[in-house]
Amino acid sequence: MRFYGEPMPGVNPDELVGKLIVVEGADGSGRSTQMDLLRDFLEHRGHAILNVGLRRSTLVSEELAEAKRGNVLGEITRSLFYATDFADQLENRIVPALKAGFIVLADRYIYTLMARDIVRGADPAWVRSLYGIALVPHLVIYLRVSPGQLVERNFRKNATLDYWESGMDLGLSRDIFDSFIRYQRLIQKQFSLMQHEYGFHIVNGNRSVRSVAGEIFSRVEATLEMRHEF
Amino acid sequence: MMGHLTEELPGKLIAVEGLDGSGKSTQIYLLKRWLEMRGLKVYFTEWNSSLVVKKATSKGKKRQLLTPTTFSLIHCTDFADRYERQILPLLKAGYLVLCDRYIYTAFARDAVRGCSRPWLRRLYGFARHPDLTFFFDTAPETAYGRIVSGRPQLKYHEAGMDLGLSSDPYESFRLFQRRIYDEYLAMKDEFSFVTMDGTVTIEAQQERVRAVVSAAYDLPSFRWRTLR
Repeated sequence: MRFYGEPMPGVNPDELVGKLIVVEGADGSGRSTQMDLLRDFLEHRGHAILNVGLRRSTLVSEELAEAKRGNVLGEITRSLFYATDFADQLENRIVPALKAGFIVLADRYIYTLMARDIVRGADPAWVRSLYGIALVPHLVIYLRVSPGQLVERNFRKNATLDYWESGMDLGLSRDIFDSFIRYQRLIQKQFSLMQHEYGFHIVNGNRSVRSVAGEIFSRVEATLEMRHEF
Repeated sequence: MMGHLTEELPGKLIAVEGLDGSGKSTQIYLLKRWLEMRGLKVYFTEWNSSLVVKKATSKGKKRQLLTPTTFSLIHCTDFADRYERQILPLLKAGYLVLCDRYIYTAFARDAVRGCSRPWLRRLYGFARHPDLTFFFDTAPETAYGRIVSGRPQLKYHEAGMDLGLSSDPYESFRLFQRRIYDEYLAMKDEFSFVTMDGTVTIEAQQERVRAVVSAAYDLPSFRWRTLR
């Protein structure tokens, strides 16, 4: 495996014999459902799986939760908090699992973090350099769902829209519905801009769970078979 | 975000850098007292002191969870918090902002820990460089002697134990400091440090610090405009 930027000190990419598969997509894109199905599919075939997600590290998760409750952090500080959390997970969870030959399923990865930062005014070159510490995954699936469908699915699940997923901190609109639609469009635009550079495999998520899963499985299978290319 | 790094601000940023035990904290304290007693707007801030980040840092250090990368990122987060909420707004408000250690501390320490130097420079790319940086050039052996005497124990990261240079904390600290010192020397011209001779008396050093600051800025313009 390789890193996007300079190799992380203390990590030898040649020892990483596992596979890293990322599923990206907004809340309501069907991401969690698809991650569960994918896990079943791979375990059924005898692969060992580790699930990782954003904000699950022990190092700064409390601080992040606290910071989300109030608006106490500046933009750069918040970006760095998330980057720290990501680096901690990368080194303490992802790398050891890859060394041990696991398939690591990442429920979102640096792309969401980067898109959120850039939409909030961060310098794109700075953000790219910051996340140069990340390992290049073997496959990145991006579940694209239209903002209109996302609203519907979020309402069906929670009957409410999340403050942060609506980008209310950006002041796009005082109306949360309006803000959600505009924010999700901005994020999708960032994903489109990143797609070429980072080589996402875009999956149209506006379809049934089963047909989306079918497409993901065949993509994953193809990736696992291309063993010698990595 | 990066567009205004060289824009002239009403305030001035003055930093001190050097090894632990180089005498920099003593000197910046004396500078702060002098400026305050002249009735100027002064703010002092120390490395690694943001409250929001403190818990995470000490948790990470205690459990020895930190790798060179997370160590670097968490200190950068701490710095960014102080920079965004205090340093930059105070510079805009016309303060003399005094920093005990600034980004060069991270450049030196994190590079010694193995982080890529270009990555570190880009990481801290959001921060302005100080208007004036004093580098307290004290021989590593002297600085080492000041820290070690009367100190029963060195902290794990302070001694650079995570680098695995030596299993003896004192020996590790000595080797770690030596490497940091070399990093400072390699940076001092690039970043136009004002090098201070750490072998002269405290009083003589302070006299020079005050002279440099007075010559660089029109100090009376930093007086409080409002009566207290």
